[in-house]
Amino acid sequence: MEIVQIMSIGIIATILSLTVGKQNSTWSFYIRLATSLIIMFFIISQLAGVLSIASHLGERASINTPYLNIIFKIIGISYVSEFGGQLCSDAGESAIASKIEFAGKVMILATSAPVILALMDLITNMLT
Amino acid sequence: MDAMIIFKIAGIGLMVSILNIVLKKCGRDEEAFFVSLAGTIIVFLWLAQYISQFFDVIKTLFMF
Repeated sequence: MEIVQIMSIGIIATILSLTVGKQNSTWSFYIRLATSLIIMFFIISQLAGVLSIASHLGERASINTPYLNIIFKIIGISYVSEFGGQLCSDAGESAIASKIEFAGKVMILATSAPVILALMDLITNMLT
Repeated sequence: MDAMIIFKIAGIGLMVSILNIVLKKCGRDEEAFFVSLAGTIIVFLWLAQYISQFFDVIKTLFMF
């Protein structure tokens, strides 16, 4: 029943952020950051189990572990960049938020470069 | 992870706001600025620990 905890934390934090943010909007940003970190920790403790199931399935299907690690890395990059981008856009800095998300996309492309190269190798091997 | 930090941050925020109002009414604008700066630094030190913990967890979980 962790969802009940998460929901109550979210509602309490919203009330506090509305109360404190009337005077000073910086403090509502701090409350938002702390709340999202705490909820993220809740999510991550559950996500660890899901990821271990995924890696077990990958081992059974005899997928190369480097490729599986690349997929996990991409998932992590997208979570982190989404997290930071949403925080910045909520604070009204949509330019920084879009930069963070763009950086996340570029990092994903750079991380997945070995897979793309392997795919290209496969295609050229098939053609020749 | 305890949710107590949200209440701590909200408490410091309220205190800083009240002190700001009081000090500005007294005509001490410099002290008001220093109070808000001190509150910001305290909260940021707490949050920095949480953020580094978060990054450590992310690094171990997603195998960076």
